[in-house]
Amino acid sequence: MEFSRRETLALGLGAAVLTLMPFRANAAAEDAIAAFTGGADMADGGVTLTAPEIAENGNTVPIEVSAPGAAAILIVAAGNPEPGVATFNFGPLAAAQAASTRIRLAGTQDVIAVAKMADGSFAKASATVKVTIGGCGG
Amino acid sequence: MASGVKPRVKVPKTAAAGEAITIKTLISHNMESGQRKDKEGNVIPRSIINRFTCEFNGELVIDVTMEPAISTNPYFQFDATVPEAGEFVFTWYDDDGSVYDTKKPIEIA
Repeated sequence: MEFSRRETLALGLGAAVLTLMPFRANAAAEDAIAAFTGGADMADGGVTLTAPEIAENGNTVPIEVSAPGAAAILIVAAGNPEPGVATFNFGPLAAAQAASTRIRLAGTQDVIAVAKMADGSFAKASATVKVTIGGCGG
Repeated sequence: MASGVKPRVKVPKTAAAGEAITIKTLISHNMESGQRKDKEGNVIPRSIINRFTCEFNGELVIDVTMEPAISTNPYFQFDATVPEAGEFVFTWYDDDGSVYDTKKPIEIA
């Protein structure tokens, strides 16, 4: 099997696009986080993100976040076409800065939780979820 | 989707003053993500509930901003403090401008 110059170029271009794709998705997720934190540093710990290791159906993945002392928690799914998932803002009557919900995941990816603490600092946690069937209808 | 939206909320009927209670909410809604395509290949426009709030006697418990990545029939579970007898008000805001709400009274045991 011989490759012409044109085919070789096309192959190289395809490979380049493929390697760029995940990078682009991550950049969108980072933008979403930066918009939330204003570019501030994030500490590890202080946030607990509970998600299944393997989700059979990406259409409903149960997740739970908890961050004692947080004012708000942002959830980001780095591998989704739109990385934003939800933002929880806790009021004075929230007994615990925790919530659970069900989310859609397009494929195997990292789910990231960023908590904004009452003192203005930020903390981060992430969990990798393996998805057998994607949840974005493609 | 403004038809067939039905909120369901589970709140205990009574609580001790200052007690933390767990609230579960579910609302039936398609949550069309705007990513799917129909048979002709046209994108189905996004139609989701974009915000959910829970208040007790006018004070905020939780305010959730939702994106298309929230599953069909959005479900939330969270904890609230009950300082006195009163009423929980749950409100959902739809993309199309509709607002769905439901109220649950609670008494001090």
